[in-house]
Order: sequence, then C-alpha cells, then structure tokens
Amino acid sequence: MKILVCISKTPDTTSKIAFKNGNTQFEDAGVQWIINPYDEWYALIRAIELKEKNPTATIHLISVGGADVDPILRKAFALGGDEGYRVDTDNSDSYYIASQIAAIATQNQYDLIFTGKETIDYNGSSIGGTLAELLNLPFISLATKFELEGQTATVTREIDGGEEVATVQLPLVVSCAKGVAEQRIPNMRGIMAARTKPLKVVAPVAVEALTSVVNYELRPTKTGVKMVAADNVAELVRLLHEEAKVI
Amino acid sequence: MSVLIFLDQADGQIKKSAYELLSYGSSIAKQKGIAAEAVVLGNVSTDLAALGKYGVQKVYIVDGAGFQHVDAQVYAAAVSDVATQVGASIVVFSHNQTGKAVAPRVAARLKAGYVSGACALPDFSNGFVVKKTVFSGKAFANVQIHTPIVVIALNPNSYQIQEADGVAIVAPLSIAVAPASIQVTKVNKVSGEIPLAEADIVVSGGRGLKGPENWGIIEDLASSLHAATACSRPVADAHWRPHHEHVGQTGFQIAPNLYIAIGISGAIQHLAGVNRSKVIVVINKDPEAPFFKAADYGIVGDAFEIVPQLTAAIKKLG
Ligand SMILES: Cc1cc2nc3c(=O)[nH]c(=O)nc-3n(C[C@H](O)[C@H](O)[C@H](O)COP(=O)(O)OP(=O)(O)OC[C@H]3O[C@@H](n4cnc5c(N)ncnc54)[C@H](O)[C@@H]3O)c2cc1C
Ligand SMILES: Nc1ncnc2c1ncn2[C@@H]1O[C@H](COP(=O)(O)O)[C@@H](O)[C@H]1O
Repeated sequence: MKILVCISKTPDTTSKIAFKNGNTQFEDAGVQWIINPYDEWYALIRAIELKEKNPTATIHLISVGGADVDPILRKAFALGGDEGYRVDTDNSDSYYIASQIAAIATQNQYDLIFTGKETIDYNGSSIGGTLAELLNLPFISLATKFELEGQTATVTREIDGGEEVATVQLPLVVSCAKGVAEQRIPNMRGIMAARTKPLKVVAPVAVEALTSVVNYELRPTKTGVKMVAADNVAELVRLLHEEAKVI
Repeated sequence: MSVLIFLDQADGQIKKSAYELLSYGSSIAKQKGIAAEAVVLGNVSTDLAALGKYGVQKVYIVDGAGFQHVDAQVYAAAVSDVATQVGASIVVFSHNQTGKAVAPRVAARLKAGYVSGACALPDFSNGFVVKKTVFSGKAFANVQIHTPIVVIALNPNSYQIQEADGVAIVAPLSIAVAPASIQVTKVNKVSGEIPLAEADIVVSGGRGLKGPENWGIIEDLASSLHAATACSRPVADAHWRPHHEHVGQTGFQIAPNLYIAIGISGAIQHLAGVNRSKVIVVINKDPEAPFFKAADYGIVGDAFEIVPQLTAAIKKLG
C-alpha cells in the first residue's frame, strides 16, 4: 500500500501576524515555521499508524514550496515517512498547488492520500477536494476517524450538527481533522533517520494559477472592553439588549 | 451569465446558512446586472418559490435519490453540470461542511478560480477581487480571480440576510447523476442541540469551570439564550466536553453574533477560532486575563456566582 501525506508549512500559532511591501506579503522576519498542525498531528500520524499495522506500506510526503520548507519536511521525516517530494515553487492558488500534487500522484498511483483539514494561515480547506477532482477520486472531507480493512476504509466525518460514518473503497483522498490520530513527539532514532531519508526536489509542472493575493489587511482590533461590576449583572444584560442588540 | 447559488439542505429543509447565501448571491448578481438563480439537489419540503423574497429569480431542482448524503464527487458533478447548462459564471457556496467537500471540486471541474472563506461582496473596481479571512481570522486577504468562471465559498454568519418581495420560478432540471462511491452507514446528529456552525449565540466554558460536573450553569445560560455550547481545547482534551464543541485554531472556527466566554483565559489559539464573533463577553475571575483585551464587555468575578445571576436576568428579559 502506498500513502501520500500532503505537508504544508505555517507560522507557529503564537506568531505575530504582520505584513510588508505595502501589505502584499506576510512579514516572516523572526517567524518560526511549523508543520501545519492538521497535517502533522492527524494526517501524518494516522499514516504512520497504518504503516505500523502493515509494515509493507510506504509513506511519501509532499510539499509544494520553496527551500524553506525543507526543515519542515525533515521534521515530518523524524516522525515517520519514507520518501519526500518538494515541488520547488511558491504559490497560494489551490488549483495550482493541487495540480502539482496531482502530477506526482499520477506518477506514483497512491492508494490513499491524506491532507490536513485546512492550513492555519491561508485557511483554504480546498486542496484536498481540488486534488480529488483532478485525480477523479472519492473525497472524504473533515474526517475525525479513519479505519482501514483491506481496500475498504471506514471513515467518520463532520457534518453540520453531528457526524456521519461512511465506507468507501480505496483509492481515495481524505482531509483529516481532530480525532483521526493523537499528536506524537519524534524520538531520537526518528530524528537521526530523518537526515538520510530521500527528499526529491522537483520542478513544477506548467499550470496557471487561477487566483492571486492582491494584498492583506489586519483585522481591526477591538476599541476597548466595557467592564461591568460583578454585583451588577443586570447591567450587562441591559447593554447586550439595548446597546449591542444581540439578545 | 448568471450567479448560481448552491442551497444546502438537511433533512428535507434548506439550511439557515442558505438564506444568507441567497442574499449574498443575489447582491452579487445585482452588482453585475445578471440573473440570480439557485440550485437544490434532491427533494426538500421548503417552499422554494418563496425564496424569491431573498432576491433569486429561479430555483432549479435536480431530483434524485443519490443526494441523500453528501458524496462530494456526485454533488460536484451535478452542480457543475447545472452551472454549465444554465450558463452560470459565478457559483456560490457556504463555507460549511458541505461547501468544504463540494465547492473545491466544482471549481476544479469548471477550471474556475476558487476563493473560500469569503467575508464580503466582491470588489469589481479592478477585476474580480474577493476578500477572505486568513491567519485563522486574524487578518484578511484580497484575492484576485483571473478566470471567466469563479467559485466563492462564503463564511457562515458574515452577510446580512435581506428580505424583500418576490416569487421565484421553480424549474426541475434533469441531470444524469453518477452512482455514489461513499456508502453512509450511520448518522449521529446531536439531537436537541443547536449546531455550533449555525448558532447566533454561543456560550463557551474553559478550564476555569474546574470539571464536567459544573457544566450545568453553562447549559442553563445557553438554553436561556437559545445558544449553542462550546469549550476550550483543554476542556475537550480532558473529555469534560465532546470534541465537536472545541473551538479555536485547531477546533471549530465560529462567527456568532454573541460569544460568551466563561473561565477561558483567551490564549491566542483560542481567539483564532472566535475572533470573528460580532460581540464578545468575557467572564473571568482574573482581571489580567488576556481575553479582556479581545472583548466588548467583561465582568471580573467568579463564574459560579455570576453565571446563574446572568441566566436569571436573561430569563427576566423574557
Ligand atoms: C498549536 C496549538 C493549538 C491550540 N489550539 C487551541 C484551540 O483550538 N482552542 C483552544 O481553546 N486552545 C488551543 N490551544 C491551547 C491554548 O494555548 C490554551 O492552553 C487554552 O486555550 C487554555 O484553555 P482555558 O482558557 O480553558 O484554560 P486556562 O488557560 O487554564 O484558563 C482558565 C481561566 O479560567 C479562569 N478562572 C478560573 N477559575 C475561575 C472562576 N471560578 N470563575 C471565572 N474564571 C475562572 C482563570 O483566571 C483563567 O483565565 C492550542 C495550543 C497550541 C500550542
Ligand atoms: N503547499 C502545499 N504543499 C503540500 N500540501 C499542501 C500545501 N498547501 C496545502 N496543502 C495540504 O492541503 C491541506 C489543506 O490546505 P488548504 O486547502 O490550503 O487549507 C493542508 O492541510 C495540507 O495537507
């Protein structure tokens, strides 16, 4: 069985968000890059668990991005994974990124492709679905549990107001949310092994980006909190009713 | 040329988010001077002609048993076939669970530029630019779409529902529906609760509540406001509350009209999931809790004393 895990890099969750060059680019000075939490904690760890049960399985990692992604891929290797691809190009358009992943997936014919539910910086929630369409595969979005029995996957996924359990045959694309696996810390052996795992840097295939970011804006900060005394709860209710008009 | 609005349904009813989307899609159509049309997959008991009130001229229904559960492949094929058949140039979805499964596939099929998490009407002054939330609500990006056909997924609770007079034409469309590859074997709906994604008011508890046995005061407050309940991540991790209530950067991202945070410190990762709320109320015994900086109203005090009083005062409001 061949599994592909899609890895993206995001700023550490505590990073200060700021922009440069006339608000056209993210200010990355001093920013610590991490593996997107959904990709690491859920997608990658579940793939590793599947391999632990079935040692003949192989796990490939892929990331579409510049050379600054390499340390992120090495970290992912330290957790697990056998081989990695980095498609050497930087772009935020979901069709463009998915097309790059699709090109590698078409060469290697994976049984299972995991993505994270979304990147915590671009918040697209779009690569998995786009990729599934390009490969003409079934797509399970927002999976919270993933079990495999032969070629049949049993997946629990979020739906509005609850969840749904579904079965589907491989090959397929799954976007992973909380619940699919538990976060792990890489061990020393993993960190040593990560150094020598093959990471292939490949050129992008020619596709158009269908969208591009013009500029960014910060969310305006709140102008100041109105404090209400603890012995005057009725005043809070009045403010919410008459001033904010939300109750 | 038209705007095609995808109406999401659950249990035979059009979802609340779909009304917001109707208003949004119709407003885009007005901006562009083109028709606003909607599409429903499968049977619903909602009065579709009455949706004209929200500005659509026509509602297409695609009949078929294959739409009972969302199979992204089946849904996407049907919606893109409809879009092509009726000549839609802009297709809009809600950025909810169904939208996240289906919209990117539709965009790829139509080779349309796709912007998800949109939070405002497009700006046509310089091409086709859509504003979306990025960095988990901490910022916005203005994204230019370069293709003749575009697909947009709108963040729930980010556009005002507008009602006027109007009746829509209801038109059945016949589309060949592919067989589903996903077999749904079980549906667990949280019955009697208001889904977080659709709630106007959310009451949320953190570690300050000390343990699951104390959640009664949260639930009472929520029920007095017809609100959904939520929690911080450590609360879900400790299994005090179910995982689907966890909000934040790594949980649900919500944007209700009112978010009441009780015994939650306001860590940056928590704020990332709730900072799109219109009004934020914080109740915390520590005056230095960072959450107060992100709040509109605050009370410094013990949740176990304040919250029951708050519930009582709200009940008095009637
Ligand atoms: C990568 C990453 C992702 C994360 N994602 C999320 C996420 O999605 N969501 C999330 O919530 N967290 C997330 N976290 C965790 C986050 O950093 C905080 O640890 C967490 O939000 C704290 O939860 P809390 O506010 O409930 O608990 P605490 O920080 O322990 O705060 C409890 C608060 O309750 C107050 N309190 C205590 N007793 C009372 C009382 N009797 N009455 C009133 N107030 C009282 C205290 O003053 C305190 O402010 C993430 C962390 C990381 C590193
Ligand atoms: N540049 C990228 N390279 C590889 N995988 C990516 C990239 N961007 C996003 N992904 C994957 O797609 C998922 C969803 O991303 P998005 O649609 O951008 O929110 C992420 O969690 C990753 O698994």
